[in-house]
Amino acid sequence: MKKSLWLLLLALTLIVVMAACGGNNDPNDGEENVDAANNEDNMDENNGNNENDANDENDGNDDAAAAGDQTLIFARGGDSQSLDFASVTDGESSRITLQIYESLLKFNENSFEVEPSLAHDWDISDDDLTFTFYLEEGVTFHDGTDFNADAVKTNFDRWSDPDSEFAFADDGYAYTTYGNQFGGFKGDDNHIIDEINVIDDHEIEFVLNYPSGAFLQNIAMSYFAMTSPAALEEYGSDINENPVGTGPFKFVSWNKDDRIVLDKNEDYWQPDLPKLDQVIFQVIPDNSARLTALRSGEIDIMDGLNPDDYEMIQEEPGLQPFERETNNIGYLGFNTDKAPFDDPLVRQAMNHAVDKETLISLLYADLAVPAKNILPPAYLGYNDDIEPYEYDPERAQELLEEAGYADGFEFDLWAMPVARPYMPDAERAAEVLQANFADIGLESNIVTMEWATYLEEIETGVQDVFMLGWSGTNGDPDYFLGNLLSTATIPSSNQTFYSNTEVDDLLEQARSVVDEDERAALYEEALAIIHEDAPMINLVHSTPVLAGSDRVQNYVPHLSTSEALTHVELSE
Amino acid sequence: MIAYTVRRLLMLIPVLLGMSIVTFSIIHLIPGNPAQVILGDQATATAVANLEEQLGLNEPFFVQYFHYMLDLLRGDLGTSLRTNSSISSEIWPHLAATMELTIFAMVFAIIVGVNAGIISAWKQNSWFDYFAMIIALIGVSMPIFWLGLMQQWIFAQELGWLPAFGRGNPRDPIESITNFNILDSIINGRTDQLWTSFKHLVLPGIALGTIPMAIIARMTRSSMLEVLRSDYIRTVEAKGSRPISVIYRHGFKNAVIPVLTVVGLQTGTLLGGAILTETIFSWPGIGRYVFEAIGNRDYPVIQSGILVIAFMFVIINLVVDLLYSYIDPRIKY
Repeated sequence: MKKSLWLLLLALTLIVVMAACGGNNDPNDGEENVDAANNEDNMDENNGNNENDANDENDGNDDAAAAGDQTLIFARGGDSQSLDFASVTDGESSRITLQIYESLLKFNENSFEVEPSLAHDWDISDDDLTFTFYLEEGVTFHDGTDFNADAVKTNFDRWSDPDSEFAFADDGYAYTTYGNQFGGFKGDDNHIIDEINVIDDHEIEFVLNYPSGAFLQNIAMSYFAMTSPAALEEYGSDINENPVGTGPFKFVSWNKDDRIVLDKNEDYWQPDLPKLDQVIFQVIPDNSARLTALRSGEIDIMDGLNPDDYEMIQEEPGLQPFERETNNIGYLGFNTDKAPFDDPLVRQAMNHAVDKETLISLLYADLAVPAKNILPPAYLGYNDDIEPYEYDPERAQELLEEAGYADGFEFDLWAMPVARPYMPDAERAAEVLQANFADIGLESNIVTMEWATYLEEIETGVQDVFMLGWSGTNGDPDYFLGNLLSTATIPSSNQTFYSNTEVDDLLEQARSVVDEDERAALYEEALAIIHEDAPMINLVHSTPVLAGSDRVQNYVPHLSTSEALTHVELSE
Repeated sequence: MIAYTVRRLLMLIPVLLGMSIVTFSIIHLIPGNPAQVILGDQATATAVANLEEQLGLNEPFFVQYFHYMLDLLRGDLGTSLRTNSSISSEIWPHLAATMELTIFAMVFAIIVGVNAGIISAWKQNSWFDYFAMIIALIGVSMPIFWLGLMQQWIFAQELGWLPAFGRGNPRDPIESITNFNILDSIINGRTDQLWTSFKHLVLPGIALGTIPMAIIARMTRSSMLEVLRSDYIRTVEAKGSRPISVIYRHGFKNAVIPVLTVVGLQTGTLLGGAILTETIFSWPGIGRYVFEAIGNRDYPVIQSGILVIAFMFVIINLVVDLLYSYIDPRIKY
């Protein structure tokens, strides 16, 4: 008797502890009681949703959406890091923040051409140093405060000035993308923006220190969107979990590693948009499980379709595939500091050894094109005159002989441990490449290690030949060339340790040229030199694919890895 | 017994302290740099250096450990390097999700495993015995990954009976109170959501419970065989008790101790090691939480996550030990 009493006490204590823990730990508790997807709620204009939810008659077990329901579930592989776009770089974060936030400019839905967004117009002075933006009037943030020129200045100050009251540097916020795209921070020698002047409520002027060819592209990036200053004041460093912007959807709740719920912004400044009432971003880590969920109708769009499944989806009733235009490069880099890879002839020889067509048909299910430049084809400065290194083992062997390696040599071939859009299965790719190299008498040992270790090790220069890739974010060629092949970025993103002053000079010049043709010529010249030097084997530009239910209308995947779902709707 | 419990709870302190030193050392010794991982494969050197500075990663190892322990003593589990959020607020929903799944899986494993074991022992060498033991053997050696995907394919995609992912219908979210969905839907008086939550538990619960079920079945069988051969069982039978009473009241009660040990160990393991199930069924549990933190070198999350898992493991074992003396009065502490 005594014992059972004791046990009961123990059990009760446990329950109380659990309940206590649960009570105060979810910051979103109060907000979670939101409009559940539900037919009756559909016509409802905003208010009173909470009440409806309580009397909700939907039995909730039928996950397939009912007709007319405008709730879209978008399934993806991983959770967002933060909902403060400026302080993070992961694509899963910008996928969400693009719905909540807007920048002064935006990209065309099919390209990286800039279009008006919060700024309806802009002027550039003759010396290319002053940019004046004319802002949309009558735009309000989700918290009801006005969007105006002061808000723009507050946001830029936050990123550029470490002493700004909203920089939150002590709380671990770092605006690295700002530093990369705008040449550093306030006070740095290369900082592009000299000053920002508020002319009036809806007119703002950026004065630059020196001309910048990519300035407008940068302004349009999702990393430089507008947060409500009042919300920064209110939430402080918790802004990463309480985003307040001007975008088509409002933040509702975030259950970590599970889902993020966004509701339609009823006061959106563009008339009759967005079409959807609610968007739910659901984390489903496993690719096959995600496809199963799509087939069973539990979700509407899935990211990260295996290239092998693409063809099947095309024919499957009720489903449709989506293609994201190519915007990346998968490459095999040489450590140009290390013999024998310090010899351009060896590097050229190995370029001739790789059979890219086979690689593409085996690994990418033909959803990729062979690469001859490091830049994706649609980019400014893409050099189409370059003759690709043809697959030619004999020529490769000749070059090896010329370099004095007629008997071949042995090296380590590093393969990434993770799937990337540019490289869906690095280890299998490594096996294909291994066979290619064996054909010309080179023996390679495939080396792989855990991802975090891999990234750190290749900076130390211990690697011989390594696999990696790069994806574009703003459509600017400098983002590829400046990061991957300039001396300044050794060893952080330039892990081939490739250094050529001629290339450096051309890139430096191109950075400050505003005229597009002139810029393009400079990049083309640089690419020609790089082609001869061959610091890497440009393998492929891949086309990432997604799949969705055929009810999804007007969904256009943007090449930058994410897009706003403003125009998307569900049919029937 | 109270003295024993207090002593065991006090032993938690050196155990957790030792754990924390070991985890802290291991995660700092393995290569990989959190700042580098946070910034990804497209990071610049200055950015990485700045972030390291900001996150305090430049400080000596023991200083970092000291800061961590100081915060821990204040009841602060730290801040995630990656998400910048407080770990105490992030960890509870994950832990609750895993506990709910574990409880369901163990209830399934115990009910099926114990009964299969008992019947197998009772009808030793019958076709049921052979069948159950073959199933148990398959169960132990079944790759969860494969089992989970097969379940999804059959029950979600082909038959459409059960949902393939998550803890509830995302279109009709449950209002979180305790973060146990079953409890929350009861508290909110939503029987529809209770049913939905239950349906979401079935597939992952069975996938997760399969291995423990098989182990429990085998353990119960061998333990029961021993008991059923003992003299007092023969006496009970001779007195004319009904078979069901012989088996369950007299037999199983004496055979339960080894089974209980297995149950305790398995429960502890499931609480920390349900990563595969949590991944396949998109269950936002603590296994995935810590696993992803390891990939990201999110030191405070790994540290605190493992601490919490270790804590749970020790507590469960304590409960099991206390149950021993409840079940068998001969065991005294």
